[in-house]
Amino acid sequence: MSRPQNSKLVVENLQRAFGGVKAVRGVSFSLAAGEVLALIGPNGAGKSTCFNLLNGQLRPDAGTVRLDGVDLVGLPPRKIWRLGVGRTFQITATFASMTVAENVQMVFLSRARRLLGLWTPAAGAFRDEAQSLLERVGMGAQADRPCGVLAYGDLKRVELAMALAGDPKILLMDEPTAGMAPGERQDLMALTSSLVRERGLAVLFTEHDMDVVFGHATRIIVLDRGQLIAEGPPDAVRADPRVQAVYLGSPA
Amino acid sequence: MSFYFVQFLSGLAAAATLFLVSSGLTIVFGVTRIVNFAHGSFYMLGAYMGWSLIERWGTTPLGFWGGVALASLAVGLLGALMEVGLLRRLYRSPELFQLLATFGVVLVVQDVASAAWGAEDLLGRRAPGLKGSVDILDQPFPLYDLVLIGLGPVVLGLLWLLFNRTRWGTLVRAATQDREMAAALGVDPARLFTGVLFLGSALAGLGGALQVPREAVTLHMDMAIVVEAFVVVVVGGMGSLTGAFVASLLIGQLQAFGILVFPQITLVLVFLFMAVVLVIRPYGLLGRAEDAPPTAASPGPPLVLAAGLGRWAPALLLAVLALVPLVAGDYALIVLTEVVILALVAASLHLLIGLGGLVSFGHAAYFGLGAYGAALMVKHLAAPMPLALAAAPLLAGVGALIAGWFCVRRSGLYFAMLTLAFAQIAWSVVFQWYGVTGGDNGILGVWPPGWASGKAAYYWLTLALAGGALLLLRRAAFAPFGYTLRAGRDSALRAEAVGIDVRRHQWLAFALAGSAAGLAGGLYAFAKGSVFPTLMAVPVSVDALVMVLMGGIQTLSGPVVGAAVFHLLETQAMSLTDWWRLGLGLIIVVLVLAFPKGIAGFARDLWLRRAER
Repeated sequence: MSRPQNSKLVVENLQRAFGGVKAVRGVSFSLAAGEVLALIGPNGAGKSTCFNLLNGQLRPDAGTVRLDGVDLVGLPPRKIWRLGVGRTFQITATFASMTVAENVQMVFLSRARRLLGLWTPAAGAFRDEAQSLLERVGMGAQADRPCGVLAYGDLKRVELAMALAGDPKILLMDEPTAGMAPGERQDLMALTSSLVRERGLAVLFTEHDMDVVFGHATRIIVLDRGQLIAEGPPDAVRADPRVQAVYLGSPA
Repeated sequence: MSFYFVQFLSGLAAAATLFLVSSGLTIVFGVTRIVNFAHGSFYMLGAYMGWSLIERWGTTPLGFWGGVALASLAVGLLGALMEVGLLRRLYRSPELFQLLATFGVVLVVQDVASAAWGAEDLLGRRAPGLKGSVDILDQPFPLYDLVLIGLGPVVLGLLWLLFNRTRWGTLVRAATQDREMAAALGVDPARLFTGVLFLGSALAGLGGALQVPREAVTLHMDMAIVVEAFVVVVVGGMGSLTGAFVASLLIGQLQAFGILVFPQITLVLVFLFMAVVLVIRPYGLLGRAEDAPPTAASPGPPLVLAAGLGRWAPALLLAVLALVPLVAGDYALIVLTEVVILALVAASLHLLIGLGGLVSFGHAAYFGLGAYGAALMVKHLAAPMPLALAAAPLLAGVGALIAGWFCVRRSGLYFAMLTLAFAQIAWSVVFQWYGVTGGDNGILGVWPPGWASGKAAYYWLTLALAGGALLLLRRAAFAPFGYTLRAGRDSALRAEAVGIDVRRHQWLAFALAGSAAGLAGGLYAFAKGSVFPTLMAVPVSVDALVMVLMGGIQTLSGPVVGAAVFHLLETQAMSLTDWWRLGLGLIIVVLVLAFPKGIAGFARDLWLRRAER
C-alpha cells in the first residue's frame, strides 16, 4: 500500500457497527494534498458511514483518524471542521431562508468567530469574499437569490462554495454530482480538480457515476460490505478482478 | 399502613381519569400531529353535558351511565365538527397555526359554557348504586373510585383491540407511522382524521363526564387538565398509548404521595418529574426518536433590511409614539404603555420562535421573573426604581440561563414542554414561597418615584427602555447573532458542519430573550404598582404565543403588530361586551383561516404583489 510522505489524513482500522450490522469493518487508507480520491462501492457498502465517521457525525467503535497527526476521533463535527475538514452532503444541506451569498458569508463569519455580534448587520460582512467564491463555482449571478428556490444542481455548487469558504485542507464530498445533468457533472468535477491544484486541497468523494469516477479521480479505493477490497490508480482498479466481481457479479 | 394503601388507591383513581383524557390527546397528536389545546375544553364540555344529563336522568343506573355515554358521544361529534370545519383547512399551514386555532376554540368554548351553565361551580349527583364506600383495611374508600380504577385498564384494552384488531385501527396506525405513505396507498386522510378527532374528543368527554360525581364542574377545568394531560403524553412518549397509561399511573401516584411527603412543593412536583424524565429519556418513557416533533414553520423568505424610507420606519414609529402624550389622555397612555411592554415580550419570544425555530410555551416565566425581580428589590431592599429595573432583566436572564441549559437539549414539542415545565416551576415557587413573595397576595406598592409617576412620564420611560430593547432585538436579528440562530433552525446539520455550536447559540438566545422579557416584566410591575403569581401562569405564556403568531412569525414587525392588535382587542372588547372571549376566539380563528402568515406577513405579501404589478 502506498504511503505518501506528505500525507495529511490517515485512517487506520476504522470500524462501526449498527446493532448487529457491521457497516464498516477495519478500513484503512490515507489521503494526501493534491489527491482526488474516489471511494466507490455498491449500495450499502458503507460509503456514507465512512464519511460520517470521518467528519465526526458518527463515532467509530474502533480505529483512528488523524489529520496531520491530530486525532479526530471523538471530536464533534464543528471541531473537526475547524481543524480543516470541510464537507458537502449527499442530500444537500443549506440555509434555506438565506440568500446564496449569505450562506457563504455565514461560513466566513463562523471561521472568523464573529457569530455573536449583536449590532453590525451581517449582510455586508465578507460579501466580496463570498461573491468571488460564488463566481468561482459558477453561482455568481445567483448570489442574491434565496437558497430555498434553487435547482438541485445549483445547491450542490453552493455547498461546494460553502465548503471552500472554510478554507479546508481536506474536502469530503458525498455524491457531489447526484441529481445533476451529465454535462454539469463533468463541469463540477473539472472545477473540483482545478481547485485541488490551486489550493493544494485533498478531496475524498463518493460517486455512483463511473464516468465521473474514472475521469477525475487520481486514485480509487473500493469498499464492499464494509471492507476495502481494492486500492490504486483508476486503470489498475478498473482491471482488478475483485472489483469487477463486486460490480458485475462473480461467476461462482 | 392501611392509610398508605388507600392513598395508593386514590392515586389509581386519579390516574384513570388522567389516562382517559391523555389517551385521547396522544391519539390525536399521533395521527394528525396537531397540538390540540382544545382537548381540555372537550373534557370540560363532557363534564358540563354529563352534569346536565345526570341531573335529568341520573337517578337510575341506566340513566346515569347512559348520560355519561351520551355526553361522551356528543363531545366526540363536536371534535369531529372542529376537524371538518377548522383543522381540515389548516393541514398545509405551519403546525403552530393549528395550535393557535385550537386555542381560539378554547376561548369560544369558555364563553359558550359560561353562557349555557353559568359561572357558578356545579355539584353533580352521585352515581346510583355506587354512593357508599367500602372498607379496605379498615379505611373507607369510595365505591365509585374503585369502578374508575377498573375502567382505566378496560379502556386501554378496548383501545388496543380497536387499533390492533380492526381495519380502521390498522389504517390509523399506518397513518401515525407515515402520513404520506398511507395517503399514497389510497387511505383518505381527511376521513381518517375526522374519525380520530371524534375518538380523541369522545375520550376527553368521557373523562369529563365521569368526573361529575367526584368533583365540582367549573369553568377552570379546561386549562388545568390540558396542561396535565400534555405532561402525561410527553412523559409517556408522544403518540404512545401504553406510554400514556404508564405515565398516568406514575403521575397519579406522584400526586397522591407527593402531597404527604413534600406538601410545600406539590404544585411543582409533576413538572419536576417531567423535566427529569425528559433529561434522562429524551422522547419520553415509551416514545421513539423518529416521531418528528412539530417545527415552528417553514424557513420562509430571507429577511431583508428595508431600503430607503422603510429603513427608517422603526425610528419613525418611535418618534410618532413619543409625541402621543401631547394629544392623548391618561387612559390611552396606560393602554399604550402596556402595548409597548407587551410588544417587547412578543418580540423577545419571536427571537426564539421566528429566528430560532424554538417554540417556547413558558415565556411568561421570564416576564414574571423580571416583574418579581423589580418588586422584590423594592419590597425587601427598598431599592430605588432604576436599581429595581436593572434587577428585572438580570433575574430573568439568570433564570433563563438555568432553564435554557436544559431546554435547548431537546427540540420541537419536547423543547416546548420543558419550557412549560420550568415556567410552572417558577410559578409555583412564587406561589408557595409565601415568606418572600407573599404567595397569591402578590407584592403591592411597587410605584415609580415622583419624577416618573405621571402617566406621560412613565410612558416615555417605558418607550425609551422597551423601545431601546426592541431596537436592539431588531439589530440582533440582522446581525451575525440572528443569522447564526436562523442557520441552526434552517439546518442544524449544516450549521454544525461549518463550525457553529447550535446548542450553545440557542442557549444564549434563550438567555437574551429571557432578559428582554424580564425588562418588560420590570416595567410592567411599576406600571401596575403590584405583581402577582398570575404573571407567570400558563395563560400569559399562551397570550404571548398568540401575539407572535397573530402578527406573523416571518417578519420582525409581526410580533409588535400582534401585541398591539391582541392587547387592544382584549382591553377594548372586554370593556364593550361580556363576550370578549367568544369574540377574541372567533377573531383568532378567522385570522388563522384568512391570514396564515399573520397580519404583518399578509400586509407584506400585499405590498410585494402591488410592487410587482
